[in-house]
Order: sequence, then structure tokens, then C-alpha cells
Amino acid sequence: MKILVPISKVPDTTSKIAFVDNNTKFSTDNVQFIMNPTDEWYALTKALELKEAQGGEVVVIHAGLADSEQVIRKALAIGADSAFRIDMDPTDAYAISVEIANHAKTGGYDLVITGKETIDYNSFEVGGMVAELLDWNAVALVSKLDIAGGKATATRDIEGGTETVEFSLPAVICATKDLAAARIPNMKGIMASRTKPLTVLAATGADKLTSIASYQTPEKAKECKYVSVDNVAELVRLLHEEAKVI
Amino acid sequence: MSVLVFVEIADGKIKKAAYEAAYYAAKTAELTGTTAEAVVLGTAGADELANLGNFGIAKIHHANDARFNTFDSKAFAKAIAEKAAGADIVVLSFGPNGKLLAPRVAVRLKAGYVPGAAELPTFEGGTLKVVKNVFSGKAKAFYQVATTKKVVAVSPNSLSPVKGSGTAAVEAFAPAVSDADFGTVVKSVDKLTGHIPLTEADLVVSAGRGLKGPENWGMIEELANEMGAATACSRAVADVDWRPHHEHVGQTGFMVKPNLYIAVGISGAIQHLAGVNQSKVIVVVNTDPEAPFFKAADYGIVGDAFVVVPKLIEEYKKFKAAAH
Repeated sequence: MKILVPISKVPDTTSKIAFVDNNTKFSTDNVQFIMNPTDEWYALTKALELKEAQGGEVVVIHAGLADSEQVIRKALAIGADSAFRIDMDPTDAYAISVEIANHAKTGGYDLVITGKETIDYNSFEVGGMVAELLDWNAVALVSKLDIAGGKATATRDIEGGTETVEFSLPAVICATKDLAAARIPNMKGIMASRTKPLTVLAATGADKLTSIASYQTPEKAKECKYVSVDNVAELVRLLHEEAKVI
Repeated sequence: MSVLVFVEIADGKIKKAAYEAAYYAAKTAELTGTTAEAVVLGTAGADELANLGNFGIAKIHHANDARFNTFDSKAFAKAIAEKAAGADIVVLSFGPNGKLLAPRVAVRLKAGYVPGAAELPTFEGGTLKVVKNVFSGKAKAFYQVATTKKVVAVSPNSLSPVKGSGTAAVEAFAPAVSDADFGTVVKSVDKLTGHIPLTEADLVVSAGRGLKGPENWGMIEELANEMGAATACSRAVADVDWRPHHEHVGQTGFMVKPNLYIAVGISGAIQHLAGVNQSKVIVVVNTDPEAPFFKAADYGIVGDAFVVVPKLIEEYKKFKAAAH
């Protein structure tokens, strides 16, 4: 089985979120970038588990500039066999998805596994877009996936529960918690990652359909109003009369 | 510039988040000087669909076709895109189905897509800007879409639809979708009965390691029951199986945005906050006055959960009795 895992590069959760150029640009000053957590913890590791159980190949693909190499090497250190970097500034999901789908079309893949939304723009776009560009089956928010004889069974989140569906491959899966157990790269993996193939692909220049005109940050930090442990009735009063939420 | 909204139904009933999407569509239509129509896929009664008229929908295109009673992203996208041929703005919900469906619809229409709209759009000088939360609610972004056709998915629990009065004509719609387009077959559904779905809840009571053990959750459930709230927990607690995974709220679990989030015995690690900081009001109960969660809280009580929660149950009961 040949599996493609698109990975995204995002600011670390603890990064300070600030904007420059009159609030039109995210400030990358002192920001540490990491692989999007659900791409790493669930999508990539599920692909590796499938390969270990059934044989095959795990390829990661990333849309980004040269400074993404560290994130891509980490995916190789965790266990991916090879990597592609599409050389582009990844600002629009459609433009990214067209490039990934172009690669997937000719790559002979059985599965594309993405994480769920990235932790920066929280958008959940690439999985669905790639699926439509390839005209493949797709299932999102998958917490369990079994594959046997070209047939897949997946359990996905729905409102207030889960649903189990069956479908044939090729398919796109968007992973969520519990799909696989996260892995930490070991020394052998880190050493091997340096020599695994990382191929740079030129972008075809697909149209960018969206842009961000400006950002806005909350005007001030919240001020916590403390209530005494001996006066819990006051909390109930505040929630009713002041906050009006009960 | 006409607006089309995909209204999701479940068991013949319009989903709560779908009313919000319909309201968003109607308001966007009002803003841009046009009308909003809806597309509904699957079996539903005319009476149920007529409710949409009260939220500003002028016409409903209904595919009363049982094949759509279970979800398949490919078939649904095909049907919605067919009906969207004449619309400039297509609105969906950013729920478990919409998160996969909306990007598929956008690609079919080659329309720019903005996922997770958190408030009504702005429309100035002929330019529509869609407002969305980014960086897990730490900032807002104003999106512009370059294409004439635009697709927007509305975040659940972001809007409070105002019910007006109006009527919506229902028109039959027979999408050109073949059986082969339904690539995924639903084998089973596992709904948590007797629980309020976390992502749809207006009120959430959540607890963490401060509760010391799974046997102490009785008071959390009692408080949630009294308030009609959903229960939730921190990752630490879900990871050690004190509570089920479907209660885990945070960056890698569920993102929630209720009107009220009560956090008991949760320190407030940044990953947890990322999942809850879009809540309207946050109450934090913690023994540690230095717990980072207090910085994100609207109201706080520094105290022992085992003292505060029983008191809160008692006071809430009094409040409820007085209100009736």
C-alpha cells in the first residue's frame, strides 16, 4: 500500500500571536515552527502502522519554502520513506490542494491521510479539496481505520457520537485523536532522516482564490472577577444577571 | 448575488447548526441586496422545512430522496454544486459533515472558500469580507475571496439566529447523482444517548486532574444534569481513561464554544485553552490561585472542587426554583 501524508508547518502552540504591517501580516519574529500536531501524531503514525502491518511505502508531501526542511526531516525521522516539498508560499488551500492532487494523480497512491485542521488557521480544507480534485471517497475526523483487501472501514466523529462507514480505496482520510499512537523519533531515525530522499517540486502556479485582508486581536485581556468560596450564590447571581448565560 | 444555504437534517429534523447557517445566509443576502434559498437533501416533512421561512429563507429546494439519509461527501457535494450553479454565495455548516463537504463543494464550483465563519460578514464598497477566528481564537481574520462564487462554512454556536416570521415555498429537486456516487456506506451509528452533544451544548461543565479520580465525577455529572449542560474533561484525564475520549476538549480533542464553560480542577494548559477560549463566559474553580486558567476566566473561585461544586449544585437548584 502506498500512502501519501500531506504535512503542514504551524507556529508552536506557545507562540505569541502578533501581527505587523498594520495588522495585515502574521509576525514570525521569535516564532518556533512545528509540524501540525494532528498531521504528526495521527496521520503520519497511522500511515506507518499500516505500512508495518501490510507493507508498502509512506511518502510525505509539504507545500512550503526552503525553511520547512526541519519539519520535513522530522517526518522522515519518525519513519516516512521519502518526502516531497512543493516550492511555494502556502497561503491558499486551493492552490496547495491542486499541487498535492497533481502529485497524487501520478504517484500511484492508495490512500491520502491528512490530520484535522491546522492549529494556526483552523481551516480543515486540504483533505476535502484533494479528495474532490481526485474524485476519491473521503472520510473526515477518523478515529479508527482498518483496511483489508482494498476495502476500508473507518469510524468517524459525528454530532454526539460516532459512525462507522465502509468504502473502497483509493480514498482520503482526515485523522483525529486516537487514530494512532504518537511516536518520538529515535536516534536511528534521526540519522536515517538525513539521507532519505527529499525532492523539491516546482509549483505549477495554481490560482489563489482567497486572501486575508487584515487581522484583529482582542482589545484587552480578560479580567477575572473572583468570588469567595463562601459565597457561591454570588457566582450564580453574576452568571444570571451580569453575564446572562443562565 | 444570490445566496444558497445547505441545510443539514438528521432523522428528518433540521440540525441546530443548520439554523445558524440559514440565518447567516439570510443575513448575507440582506446585506448584499438579494434573497436566500436553501437546499435540503434527504427525507423530511414539509412542516419541518417550513420553519426555515421564519429565519429568512425564501425558497427551499428539497431532494426528498432516502439515499441522502446517510452522509457521503462526494454525492452530497455533487448535489449541492448542481443547485449552486445559479448562486454567488454558498453557505454550509462547519460541523463534522460540513468540514469535509464544504471544501469539496468549493472545488466543484472553483469558488474561493472560507471555513469557520464566526460572525456575520461585512459588505462595503461591493467587497464581502468573511470574519473567522484564527490561531485557536487568539485573533480574528477578515477574508477576501477573489472569485465571484464564494463558499462559506459557518462555525456552530457562533450565531444566535433570531426567529422572525416568513414563509418558504418548497420546490422538489432531483439532483443528477447516481448510486455509484455514494462511495461510503454507513454500517453503524453509535450515539451517546442521554447526553447533550458537547459541540452543540450551550453550557459545559468540565473537570480535570483536580478531581483526583474517576470515582469523583458524580458531582460533575449532577451539576451538569441540573444545568442541562454537557460534560467535558481535560486531556490528562482522558489519556488515563478516567473519562471517555469523546469528552476531551482541547487542541487535539474537541473545540467547543458554549455560552458558559465551567472548568473544575483544570490548570489551563495552553493546549486546553485553545479548545475552549471561544466560549462566551468561562468560570474557573481551582485550589491553585496561580493556575493559568484564571487568566482566561471571566469568573473565578479559588477553592477546593469538593467544597465548591456541591455548593454550586445547591445554589443552582435554589436559583432554578426561584426562577420558576
